[in-house]
Amino acid sequence: MYAQMIKTARSGVKTRDEMTDQEREFQDKIDNDIKIEPRDWMPDDYRATLIRQIGQHAHSEVVGQLPEGNWITRAPTLERKAILLAKVQDEAGHGLYLYSAAETLGESRDELIRLLHEGRMKYSSIFNYPTLNWADIGAVGWLVDGAAIVNQVALQRTSYGPYSRAMVRICKEESFHARQGYHAIMQMAFGTPEQKRQAQDAVNRLWFPSIMMFGPSDSESVHSEQSMAWKIKVKSNDELRQQFVDQTVPQIAYLGLDMPDPNIKWNEERGHYDYSDPDWSEFFNVIKGKGPCNVDRMNARVKAWEDGAWVRDGLLAHARKKAARNMAAE
Amino acid sequence: MSNEWPLWEIFIRGQHGMSHRHVGSLHAPDAEMAIKNARDVYTRRNEGVSIWVVKAENIAASDPGDKGPLFDPSNSKIYRHPTFFDIPDEVGSM
Repeated sequence: MYAQMIKTARSGVKTRDEMTDQEREFQDKIDNDIKIEPRDWMPDDYRATLIRQIGQHAHSEVVGQLPEGNWITRAPTLERKAILLAKVQDEAGHGLYLYSAAETLGESRDELIRLLHEGRMKYSSIFNYPTLNWADIGAVGWLVDGAAIVNQVALQRTSYGPYSRAMVRICKEESFHARQGYHAIMQMAFGTPEQKRQAQDAVNRLWFPSIMMFGPSDSESVHSEQSMAWKIKVKSNDELRQQFVDQTVPQIAYLGLDMPDPNIKWNEERGHYDYSDPDWSEFFNVIKGKGPCNVDRMNARVKAWEDGAWVRDGLLAHARKKAARNMAAE
Repeated sequence: MSNEWPLWEIFIRGQHGMSHRHVGSLHAPDAEMAIKNARDVYTRRNEGVSIWVVKAENIAASDPGDKGPLFDPSNSKIYRHPTFFDIPDEVGSM
């Protein structure tokens, strides 16, 4: 998902007997769905795991602006342009809510950004794919934000208060993202044959990267156990992926488009759609930095940060001078 | 000295007649910019009619460890609630 393959700081889950009194008290709160708040005691590994997960989530929101920002000046109508601008602005806000949540754990935003720029933190694999035609923008809103919603709705119940509250706020806005995307692709799917072809092409290319967003299959997810026990993660990767497939397949059918995966089929017995696994070797390659756009994305982020330095420094210098002047006047 | 902009806590009055509520935080060089940023981040969908910004370092908070001594004593004072008192129906609403 927006946070994929988060390493838990420790391996294995402690039994109650192995826990200290403090750890037991902490686990009891989690088990009783009492939220953990910034100044509460928490195990160091809980804090470290959360910083990694929330940080990666925040980076994904910010880097996620790039593939869509690419189309702001190329949007087909003024209305679509205004909508896309509003959506991309939302993503910046989502990044901010999440960095703020991470900051309550004692990690500064500048430090998280530094770690990203040094390649020591990651963002979601999905944003390393290009947006090649206008239908991709519809597909990103519908599929990528749709997948994000599935994950983030679950995360509203996460155990850390500030993270959970950020998710509540984000989910309210994401629904606009998914609907504007589906609306845009609907226009294309019901448009000229060429528009329909572009819509199909976008769905074909973005389907597997979208279902990869939930991370590797549960049997391969070595870091999940402790995160689930701490309710940092609330549902498993495969559960969330299935939920996304089940909700999306009828939406593809409504558009009159072909399924992007020939193995998508209703399974009466399971009560779910069957689907093919994505090519996990591709996923691991993208995670390792070898996706189609990894280098571009990082270059764009670092450039934006460096080009903005004079603004950050200038405004701060001005604020300090003004504060000093007010102090002198008093 | 760090060049990171200070952190501000943001409070928004959602509607006329309601009190300001904490909605989140953001970084800004000064109060004026904090209000501008808060407007962009927290009120894009008519969520507010008024904004307060407070530097995070200026907020003092109770210690979570003091929760018991601070708040438990009120549990036993049930007579502070109106429902503690049985008033006969004949008296009418009170």
